[in-house]
Amino acid sequence: MATESYPDDLRYHPEHDWARIDGDEAVLGITWYAQDSLGELVLFDGPEVGATVAKDGSYAEVESVKAVSDVVAPLSGEVLEVNQKAIDEPETVNEDPYGEGWLVRIRLADPGEADQLLDAAAYQAHIAEL
Amino acid sequence: MVPFAGWEMPVQYTGVIPEHLAVRADAGAFDVSHMGQLHVEGPMSAEFLQAMLSNDLDRISDGEAQYTLLTNERGGIVDDLIVYRMSHGHYLLVVNAGNREAAYGWLKEREARGTEVRDASDEYALVAVQGPRSLERLGLADAPAFTHAMGEVDGVEVMVCRTGYTGEKGVELMCAEDDAVALWDAVLARGVVPVGLGARDTLRLEVCYPLHGNDITQDTDAISAGLAWTCALDTDFTGADVLRRIKEEGPERRLAAFVMEEKAIPRPKMPIEGGGEVTSGTQSPSLDVGIGMGYVPAAQAAPDTELVIDVRGKPRRARVVKKPIYRKEH
Repeated sequence: MATESYPDDLRYHPEHDWARIDGDEAVLGITWYAQDSLGELVLFDGPEVGATVAKDGSYAEVESVKAVSDVVAPLSGEVLEVNQKAIDEPETVNEDPYGEGWLVRIRLADPGEADQLLDAAAYQAHIAEL
Repeated sequence: MVPFAGWEMPVQYTGVIPEHLAVRADAGAFDVSHMGQLHVEGPMSAEFLQAMLSNDLDRISDGEAQYTLLTNERGGIVDDLIVYRMSHGHYLLVVNAGNREAAYGWLKEREARGTEVRDASDEYALVAVQGPRSLERLGLADAPAFTHAMGEVDGVEVMVCRTGYTGEKGVELMCAEDDAVALWDAVLARGVVPVGLGARDTLRLEVCYPLHGNDITQDTDAISAGLAWTCALDTDFTGADVLRRIKEEGPERRLAAFVMEEKAIPRPKMPIEGGGEVTSGTQSPSLDVGIGMGYVPAAQAAPDTELVIDVRGKPRRARVVKKPIYRKEH
């Protein structure tokens, strides 16, 4: 298991998802807090390449032994790549939620949406209240 | 921690998967003090329990135990339990926490002359130690399954029961409530891994032990549930006539065990195509695949039958397997 962290270079959605934005693309995943709440992940049921994801909508499911959770898209766009390692070895998401455990890469439909996301400090303040 | 039948119970200590695997490979400890203990005593207690419980009580002697069902008039299951014969005229019933009041009330209401039923649940703590190395870790001599004897673990007096809910070799240690912490600490000090409710469920489901409230209820019968082996249909217990008829006619549906053929985890209440329903489901930590049990029409219950489970709107293929789903390699 990874130790708790919220990297400064990411943007966060209050439903515990992160985005690493690079020009008109972004890599998405779930936060340390999300993976810790779910426990050891045993299944990642992701979208197909080419699918569209809508900000605030569910685009995938992650399951631990004890619970299933929707994964909410922090930004809208088209899926360019799905992380095969997260499908084959879902525990990677627990071990490295911001690195090897990323979930999908998307082409952003509206880069301006990023302004609505939280920075690391604001996200940490958000989870401190939960 | 989660509330469970009025108790605060740990779902996990370190993680469901490592805890599960520790029990399969070595030994794990479960604090199951929430389970209920009912004493049934008196010169007529054997006759009374024979009329209340599905299995043949005459098959066990002092120091032996038996898995059995408390049945209702419809052949439904009020609770599944283990009865320990202490002596002629004294039996101890270990019942599910969620059914403690139902089971006690059921028996008390029917208590016959020469029998007294007493709920002693608050007087005992129960620690299950399960796994291939459990007896060795505890320094206890091996004994046949479904036997019990008084013993001690590092100075704590315990009733050592060779029973459990994991499919592994192991014991359930019953002690006085006041000794609970001392017993728990002694067990962990011997290198036994603490295991929560999460792994308790995955362990029992891999070996197809039914969970009352999910797989068996007041409205399901033992024959459909595959528990005919716990029913001495030649004795006259509550609902035996109904069960005899179901057995003769063949049940309309059966509790089938299945393994997912696609990446998906079955969960209770998911529909099974053809009129069935999942009653228990999880990801098997031993097999690393989705597994479950559910009631299906009898025609769909044979091993190798393909099932389609509705996993939140998505059809996912599963295959019926012979119980248990997980078998230890020898």
